[in-house]
Amino acid sequence: MIHSLFLINSSGDIFLEKHWKSVVSRSVCDYFFEAQERATEAENVPPVIPTPHHYLLSVYRHKIFFVAVIQTEVPPLFVIEFLHRVVDTFQDYFGVCSEPVIKDNVVVVYEVLEEMLDNGFPLATESNILKELIKPPTILRTVVNTITGSTNVGDQLPTGQLSVVPWRRTGVKYTNNEAYFDVIEEIDAIIDKSGSTITAEIQGVIDACVKLTGMPDLTLSFMNPRLLDDVSFHPCVRFKRWESERILSFIPPDGNFRLLSYHMLSWDVGKINPQKLPSLKGTMSLQAGASKPDENPTINLQFKIQQLAISGLKVNRLDMYGEKYKPFKGIKYMTKAGKFQVRT
Amino acid sequence: MSSNSFPYNEQSGGGEATELGQEATSTISPSGAFGLFSSDLKKNEDLKQMLESNKDSAKLDAMKRIVGMIAKGKNASELFPAVVKNVASKNIEIKKLVYVYLVRYAEEQQDLALLSISTFQRALKDPNQLIRASALRVLSSIRVPIIVPIMMLAIKEASADLSPYVRKNAAHAIQKLYSLDPEQKEMLIEVIEKLLKDKSTLVAGSVVMAFEEVCPDRIDLIHKNYRKLCNLLVDVEEWGQVVIIHMLTRYARTQFVSPWKEGDELEDNGKNFYESDDDQKEKTDKKKKPYTMDPDHRLLIRNTKPLLQSRNAAVVMAVAQLYWHISPKSEAGIISKSLVRLLRSNREVQYIVLQNIATMSIQRKGMFEPYLKSFYVRSTDPTMIKTLKLEILTNLANEANISTLLREFQTYVKSQDKQFAAATIQTIGRCATNILEVTDTCLNGLVCLLSNRDVVAESVVVIKKLLQMQPAQHGEIIKHMAKLLDSITVPVARASILWLIGENCERVPKIAPDVLRKMAKSFTSEDDLVKLQILNLGAKLYLTNSKQTKLLTQYILNLGKYDQNYDIRDRTRFIRQLIVPNVKSGALSKYAKKIFLAQKPAPLLESPFKDRDHFQLGTLSHTLNIKATGYLELSNWPEVAPDPSVRNVEVIELAKEWTPAGKAKQENSAKKFYSESEEEEDSSDSSSDSESESGSESGEQGESGEEGDSNEDSSEDSSSEQDSESGRESGLENKRTAKRNSKAKGKSDSEDGEKENEKSKTSDSSNDESSSIEDSSSDSESESEPESESESRRVTKEKEKKTKQDRTPLTKDVSLLDLDDFNPVSTPVALPTPALSPSLMADLEGLHLSTSSSVISVSTPAFVPTKTHVLLHRMSGKGLAAHYFFPRQPCIFGDKMVSIQITLNNTTDRKIENIHIGEKKLPIGMKMHVFNPIDSLEPEGSITVSMGIDFCDSTQTASFQLCTKDDCFNVNIQPPVGELLLPVAMSEKDFKKEQGVLTGMNETSAVIIAAPQNFTPSVIFQKVVNVANVGAVPSGQDNIHRFAAKTVHSGSLMLVTVELKEGSTAQLIINTEKTVIGSVLLRELKPVLSQG
Repeated sequence: MIHSLFLINSSGDIFLEKHWKSVVSRSVCDYFFEAQERATEAENVPPVIPTPHHYLLSVYRHKIFFVAVIQTEVPPLFVIEFLHRVVDTFQDYFGVCSEPVIKDNVVVVYEVLEEMLDNGFPLATESNILKELIKPPTILRTVVNTITGSTNVGDQLPTGQLSVVPWRRTGVKYTNNEAYFDVIEEIDAIIDKSGSTITAEIQGVIDACVKLTGMPDLTLSFMNPRLLDDVSFHPCVRFKRWESERILSFIPPDGNFRLLSYHMLSWDVGKINPQKLPSLKGTMSLQAGASKPDENPTINLQFKIQQLAISGLKVNRLDMYGEKYKPFKGIKYMTKAGKFQVRT
Repeated sequence: MSSNSFPYNEQSGGGEATELGQEATSTISPSGAFGLFSSDLKKNEDLKQMLESNKDSAKLDAMKRIVGMIAKGKNASELFPAVVKNVASKNIEIKKLVYVYLVRYAEEQQDLALLSISTFQRALKDPNQLIRASALRVLSSIRVPIIVPIMMLAIKEASADLSPYVRKNAAHAIQKLYSLDPEQKEMLIEVIEKLLKDKSTLVAGSVVMAFEEVCPDRIDLIHKNYRKLCNLLVDVEEWGQVVIIHMLTRYARTQFVSPWKEGDELEDNGKNFYESDDDQKEKTDKKKKPYTMDPDHRLLIRNTKPLLQSRNAAVVMAVAQLYWHISPKSEAGIISKSLVRLLRSNREVQYIVLQNIATMSIQRKGMFEPYLKSFYVRSTDPTMIKTLKLEILTNLANEANISTLLREFQTYVKSQDKQFAAATIQTIGRCATNILEVTDTCLNGLVCLLSNRDVVAESVVVIKKLLQMQPAQHGEIIKHMAKLLDSITVPVARASILWLIGENCERVPKIAPDVLRKMAKSFTSEDDLVKLQILNLGAKLYLTNSKQTKLLTQYILNLGKYDQNYDIRDRTRFIRQLIVPNVKSGALSKYAKKIFLAQKPAPLLESPFKDRDHFQLGTLSHTLNIKATGYLELSNWPEVAPDPSVRNVEVIELAKEWTPAGKAKQENSAKKFYSESEEEEDSSDSSSDSESESGSESGEQGESGEEGDSNEDSSEDSSSEQDSESGRESGLENKRTAKRNSKAKGKSDSEDGEKENEKSKTSDSSNDESSSIEDSSSDSESESEPESESESRRVTKEKEKKTKQDRTPLTKDVSLLDLDDFNPVSTPVALPTPALSPSLMADLEGLHLSTSSSVISVSTPAFVPTKTHVLLHRMSGKGLAAHYFFPRQPCIFGDKMVSIQITLNNTTDRKIENIHIGEKKLPIGMKMHVFNPIDSLEPEGSITVSMGIDFCDSTQTASFQLCTKDDCFNVNIQPPVGELLLPVAMSEKDFKKEQGVLTGMNETSAVIIAAPQNFTPSVIFQKVVNVANVGAVPSGQDNIHRFAAKTVHSGSLMLVTVELKEGSTAQLIINTEKTVIGSVLLRELKPVLSQG
């Protein structure tokens, strides 16, 4: 599958390479550079570039191109999704994913990449498992390691890898047990010149930060689960239970994770008085000296509404089974502008 | 800090130094980006010293720096001898880094690499599975041909390892060895075959990957594992899911017949390994029969559906392509929503998904039409996304939405992104040609755009194409365009206009010569492209209207003769020879007019995604529209399905029950009926014989499930078998027994094709003769309960164990992940240990559901609002309130129990402690599984617990005491009759068959009268499922609605039919042998269906 990976910065330097099979010369990236030149903008570089002997599949994030080299037929999304997972993992490990950070942590990066793929096929991509194998660097640990000569590499088999709940590590302990859920909804909309809505939809996610001791089994129910019609789940969610009872039942991963994302094309806004239609007005001022905008600029709006999920989605309750203690539970709602565009 | 011979350190600042450079090598100064050779040498000396030191910290530091070098693509190969010595280091991080190094350089330093081999060989025997696995991983990654035999041996051993994690690594190693030495193929296939049988979800994805790489054509290896893979799928890790789904898509296309109605693309196939020519002929004769889907085909489609909800875009796409390629066209619609959801994802994901949608939307517009607006372009989209969206919008355009779309396009035309604006105009052109109703509107719209200076050129080009298709009526537009020549400067556009005028010069006889006059004036300053068209125009006019234009043309030809561009000089000479008659002009000039003014075919404006679907969707080849290396062709559907019984592993019942006409089987029986085993026929004919049969059980281990069924039952409870009444078939009970049974008969793994034939024959004959063995066995089962039930279970378990040992002695110690629960033949019976934690139970519940839905065919209950009943009012419960409801799930505490969830609320202001169930007063036969005592319930607290009650298929009340530390309250649960059921999925045909059996006393019916609006399918469905936990049965007739369920305790079928009659009446019929429940259900359904 994935033969090699090259990390390329925006000025066209290859600053990291990793090979999972025999070595592919970095000159293969020349094809990539050609495509990059043609594309003028980074985001227009085609994600799939054929070369005489290889195929280059790339993602562009944090101003870095992650270029995977493959040799034979493979579902392109497989590689692309994996590369994004690599970026997410780096972000999770180092807080940010940037060229200097990757260079600073090149050994950890290499160890992580080594565990993520075997012979080009994904081996461990769950961040909970990876962190058991290779501990993320912290300042404290770096200091301790320097003094004691101990290592970042775990010597335990990642237990999660073998359990029915591969996303959760075992032996989790917290003094404060807490579970927070953020319901975040983004409105994607296009508003035309006259102010009427051309398209509007909600993209919602429930992000969780769960720090609970042991093996808690959670159920999360909604006041109005019928709103959720088009959803995708973290693998921990028991699909059957959702299908039959519309209850989210799951053993959570440890730490931060995205429990659920959903998509809504229409929703209920409640009552609006037709006499007094709500309206928003704003003015746009150009910075002094800035050149006049093009004829019909599209305006991208940003806004945030705290403590409200615009779709009306409400969490009913969160129950925990399997552990005796009483966790602290919290839920937060937020509505944001997603890709909210006003055409002029 | 500069230990820098690494050129990148200089850029990255000193950060890296803390990590890499601590050991003070900074004496060496950097000497520029290149020419570091000398310092490299010195530096490496230094590293060597560190590696040789006896301090781990120094070694580790050295290794870290070396890995840093590798990461930057610098050559560190000369350190090989020094590094390889540390392969046996005790320090795990050093060891790991050495592995990284080894894998990178072993290929270049083969001899030295051999030094490390013995270390790995030792580690392969380590008691720790992690060490075994990683040793195998590294050993197999060292690409040194000389160790091939060692690798082969290691793989073979690891494939039988107890740890599924090691076996997973073995599967990966197969591919590595194969790429190193393809000669090993045959041996490796043996290992693959073995690992394919593995039941661990951990191994499944990896071994299928190996299969795809090493022997994708050995589809025969999949047969026996097909159902297992389908059932495991949901629980495999996401990457494995993608690989398995792609493989199963290919498999399905070779093994099942097309579910598509217009199946004209069938090809004659040579894929029927198992059938003779005669069989084929026979099958072709039968082909006229209406299509019924193979249950295995259905199994795959059904089991992949939940994965559309995966968070992994690759999984969603894989399921989408599976539906596209193998599901009935009417069912593929469900993928649209999930694909549209992916559009919110990253740019790269969008790009691939949009490409696939583009291909799909050409063929089946309807699928994505409801999501039209999701493809509207945002100004922030990258250009490549914009153009793909445009493509899709064009494909989706139809008479109904074109006006909306054109309005949307107008916005795009004004986009600042010129490339995109131009693409939009092309799009409008395509819409105009595709939808005749709007051709004129589009044309007018495009003409309006001619005043827009940014896009005028593109518009002209598109208008030219459009007019070429229907030139007759558009004289006006041509005139308009002629005027534009004064203002338009873009050469392509000018050339297009000139060409257009030339082509239509007879329609605009007055304008054309004038245009030529103007052009003659500006000829010298025009672009080459325009000059060529001026020459063309001149020639055409010369031929049609020489009187007015002769001189002009000659003038232009003269100009062209001396042009700087040789193309133009060439063209001039050519035209002059052709049109100006002179002595030398040959025969051609006679045909000049025909040559210049020939009817030219209109250009085809079609999608670049047309015909792209001959590549499997979701593949690299599809994205590139070129066959990529290693692309595996998706075969056409076979005209006749290859023998479906090859997939039978243990559960033969399944195939028998479901394959409607038993196509292949009948043929088999026809062929072999007389040649073999008369005694089997006997056994299936007369149930009393089966007792004697049981003696020979050991000899017949591999035989059919029914056979085993009778054996087992007769040996356990032969007396009850005697009073079995024939003619009635309780299919579900049957299946359950068969399953339990077939688990015991796990041996059938090893059975060969011949035995299968026998098997199918047996099942067949039992089909024909209505007194069949499974009838009797199921009867005996239901009558001898509950004692024989538990008995048989125990026996089965023992057998199961034994069989396992027999089959794979190596796995007799059940390893961690040997999830037998996933086995498609597992029994969904009670888990005997109620001490399980609720979490685990819930997990198991999930597992069981996935199994049972496929085999026992208990389907998912329809979603209805939960009706809560009061168990204990807070007033009478001294503040403790209890409610219960029926979650309509198979009960995890026992398969004869109805699951009940009780929610306890503490409405007092103090803790309620020790809530538990006290004394039970249950009618005879009734059983109850209580919830674990609750230590304490906080004030305002609430907790939900589950319990199970076996109501023995009656509506009798279960009375028991709900106790706290201080009090006991008498409470009752009386189940509504509808909750004593579990929904069942069955085909219409099976339904009718079962209904035909359950007549007479077993049928109750009533007439209902209600307003017609209450008789819409959805209303009826909702009303029925609200009352009773039944499953809908697909119905071919609009006026008949069918529902099926089985009773929880005995598994008797409960068939509900609502048949709409003339006027506002309907007939409600219930068929079941449980007549009491049947009539109660009828009584409950009747008022619900008749009320408004």
